[in-house]
Amino acid sequence: MAFIPHTPADVEAMLATIGVASIEQLFDEIPASLRVKSLDGVPVGLNEMQIGRLMSERARADGRPLCFIGAGAYEHHIPAAVWALTTRGEFYSAYTPYQAEASQGTLQLIYEYQTMMASLTGMEVSNASLYDGASAVAEASLMAVRANRKSKSRLILVPRTVNPQYRRVAVATAGNQGLRFEDVPYATDGGVTPLDALKKYEAEDITALVIQQPNFFGQLEDVDALTDWAHAKGIFVIAVVNPTSLALLKPPGEWGTSGKGADIVVGDGQPLGVPLSSGGPYFGFMTTRMEYVRQMPGRIVGRTVDLSGREGFTLTLQAREQHIRRAKATSNICTNQGLLVTAATIYMSLMGPVGLERTAAASHASTKDLVAALTAVKGVRRAFAGPFFHEAVLLFDRPVAPVLTSLGKRGILGGLDLSEHYPELGYALLVCATETKTKSDIDSYVTALAEAVQAVRAA
Amino acid sequence: MMRTHDKANEKLIFEYSHPGRGATDQWPQPLPATASADLPQHLRRTKPPLLPEVGELEAVRHFTRLSQLNFSIDTHFYPLGSCTMKYNPKACNQYAMLPEFLGRHPLAPESHGQGFLACMYELQEMLKEVTGMQGVALSPMAGAHGEFAGVAMIRAYHRSRGDLARNEIIVPEAAHGTNPATATMCGCIVREIPVNEEGDIELDALKAAVGPNTAGIMLTNPSTLGVFERRIEEVARIVHNAGGLLYYDGANLNAILGKVRPGDMGFDVIHMNLHKTFSTPHGGGGPGAGAVGVSARLRPFLPIPIVGLEEGNRYRWLAEKDLPQSIGRLSGFMGNAGVLLRAYIYMRMLGREGMSQVGEYATLNANYLLARLKQAGFDAAYPSRRASHEFIITLKRQARELDVTTMDFAKRLLDHGIHAPTTYFPLLVPECLLIEPTETEGKDVLDTFVAAMTQILEEAEQEPERVTSAPHTMPVRRLDDVRAAKQLDLRWKPTA
Repeated sequence: MAFIPHTPADVEAMLATIGVASIEQLFDEIPASLRVKSLDGVPVGLNEMQIGRLMSERARADGRPLCFIGAGAYEHHIPAAVWALTTRGEFYSAYTPYQAEASQGTLQLIYEYQTMMASLTGMEVSNASLYDGASAVAEASLMAVRANRKSKSRLILVPRTVNPQYRRVAVATAGNQGLRFEDVPYATDGGVTPLDALKKYEAEDITALVIQQPNFFGQLEDVDALTDWAHAKGIFVIAVVNPTSLALLKPPGEWGTSGKGADIVVGDGQPLGVPLSSGGPYFGFMTTRMEYVRQMPGRIVGRTVDLSGREGFTLTLQAREQHIRRAKATSNICTNQGLLVTAATIYMSLMGPVGLERTAAASHASTKDLVAALTAVKGVRRAFAGPFFHEAVLLFDRPVAPVLTSLGKRGILGGLDLSEHYPELGYALLVCATETKTKSDIDSYVTALAEAVQAVRAA
Repeated sequence: MMRTHDKANEKLIFEYSHPGRGATDQWPQPLPATASADLPQHLRRTKPPLLPEVGELEAVRHFTRLSQLNFSIDTHFYPLGSCTMKYNPKACNQYAMLPEFLGRHPLAPESHGQGFLACMYELQEMLKEVTGMQGVALSPMAGAHGEFAGVAMIRAYHRSRGDLARNEIIVPEAAHGTNPATATMCGCIVREIPVNEEGDIELDALKAAVGPNTAGIMLTNPSTLGVFERRIEEVARIVHNAGGLLYYDGANLNAILGKVRPGDMGFDVIHMNLHKTFSTPHGGGGPGAGAVGVSARLRPFLPIPIVGLEEGNRYRWLAEKDLPQSIGRLSGFMGNAGVLLRAYIYMRMLGREGMSQVGEYATLNANYLLARLKQAGFDAAYPSRRASHEFIITLKRQARELDVTTMDFAKRLLDHGIHAPTTYFPLLVPECLLIEPTETEGKDVLDTFVAAMTQILEEAEQEPERVTSAPHTMPVRRLDDVRAAKQLDLRWKPTA
């Protein structure tokens, strides 16, 4: 089953045209010693009925638990229209829009996307996407090194309140080019980055400061104070944001009291109509100010006119990219996450400013309800004071892992155990609820938690 | 079908917007303002974002119409060289989008992911088998991302041996642009070497280029010139003897799938473009998936996470603890999982017998198309060579004699309902078209392509301005790229 339409008569006619006796003869330039003997490690083929059955069994094995995990991937309602349209063959099976005349649909959609993302983040220009939020932080750091000409240090400050996986990806990606990433501690009472923690860098050459809002704990950073501190020293601000939250929270383009705002804004676009899907495909977004557009990695679409003066869309500023600039490109990125941008653009069109704000507000309210309900259980309390968006850290009086296992058996994924990334917090759990969680879902969690704590105590 | 109106085809979504309108059925119920009152004023948004306010049907019509402005595999022949635009089976999409797979959180415990993890583990195993490599990691999210992982592993390998001087990556002059760009991202210096008139690497130049600074060489085989590098074993010997490693750019793996394995050719590390060879969709520019495979000596350096199989038939993620020498994490979670599921389904449907048919029929189609085009009067760039799964014709003669360029041919093909092949790549062949039909196209489609090319050639001789001013039937004519780059218009702004 290889989706090959040739009849034996076709093959015969084609071989005659080429002037060879067999398909095998077409491989006669390849040394015989290198030819494949067998592919026994690949199973025999399945027809569509058989693969359908196998995949349904595999899916059933994973189940559909009630999920209260966030930590960088968020379950939101996705209107049916989003993926019905996104998986239309004309979007799904097209390639990168290099032939602009035959790709106006994709190109116009990306232009619409760039408009939405620029506005949502309060910036002037957006690219057409990066791989995911984590790799976007790495690309933003590399971009800051190119764009912040005042700094020579290649030193990036990364508060520990930034998603720890993002930090790891940045190190793995940009470390090879001599960038260094230094941790900044958080305040143990508020779970945010205090200005005090930055004091030791007063006299140092720093290229950029990363600020995540809401931060990995769900807490709200004092973005104005942090931005002002950085800008006073000529340090770039790289904002890492959740796009849903921006319907409620101040866009990075307005951070700080000078009105200048963040310099580069990145994040993961998954909350905008992209299913959880075991971690991907998602997409990374990046926006910036016009003065830095030539330092931006990835594809950018511009509006122009054709020979007859009609409006049309095309990839632009390609002189930044690898297929033109080769070893001197701003990044090696080529294929990005186009189809997810399609989904996100349709999602944002359906939600509009009002729907997105309601989604953000409902997620915030839902998490407050969840936190109130869980902290009413004996032995559970909040780790940090201060406002949060749609995630919060809870402290338990016992190790979290066995509780989570026990909850899992009851069909509930209770959150992310923070003991690997933040052992100093003790028995800490990061929980999340979005607009998808009802009061009865939260009740189920509380009931199951009480049982799970019992079960662990009994064990 | 000439269009006459000024506004191209479809308004911008913002131009449909009306204050107060919306796809209200999709929205959560409104909450009183007090529900968010705990968020401090100075951290709040004051002006709503510029998102369209349109009804659901308006949005559906708008995006459906936009889709109709595209060429795609589902609607058009798309022989884009080096991109392997083959049919994306519908089953791969349908079964990767089962609700359990879509709803699974990336940090869900392994107890709630054995089905998904089993697919990933088996995918790793199948990719090892078809490439002849000893270890596979799935997390890189595109070809260039896989390249990054590969070169980073080469560097990590040399470093682990204290061999710190090795920072040069050799690439043939015809390499994909991502190769040198990747080498730079990994902190390496690029050295380009020439190929001879038959498309093989100049071995003397290679011998002169290698030395104690050589980290490795990056190759595609078949090369970007559409021919198999016949002396690959000799190339491998030269590079290995100099202490370097061999990197295989899997962009052209479709040509040899089931016929030759990169591991058997002597490659130490490869990336596979699953969106090419294993038929996951290109999606208008991604998502791709750039799984990497390695020989035994590079296995400790693979990027994490990887799926491991434990006693009791339980699958689990291998992470930092299991692979302390890993080059680390390249994605927030585990890469483009949904794309990987599609590749898995495709490979299971093809099975071992289907795998070798891919390489065979892709090669048959390319050689047939090349033979027919030669008969029709076109010049092959490497006339003495077999085509691999793709080949190059050069329109240098036509450009000189008729003053019609490759770009003109490409644009006129659009009028025939055929997506243009890759143009002006590789850079070293003047006025070239890189043509890759793939195995999923039948003879009739290939014949239609030849007929279109023949007709365009005739037109170029008799009525060249029809060709030089093409396309004529598309939503727009040729676009002013210079204006696009000089008068940057990168987002819509409402008129006051």
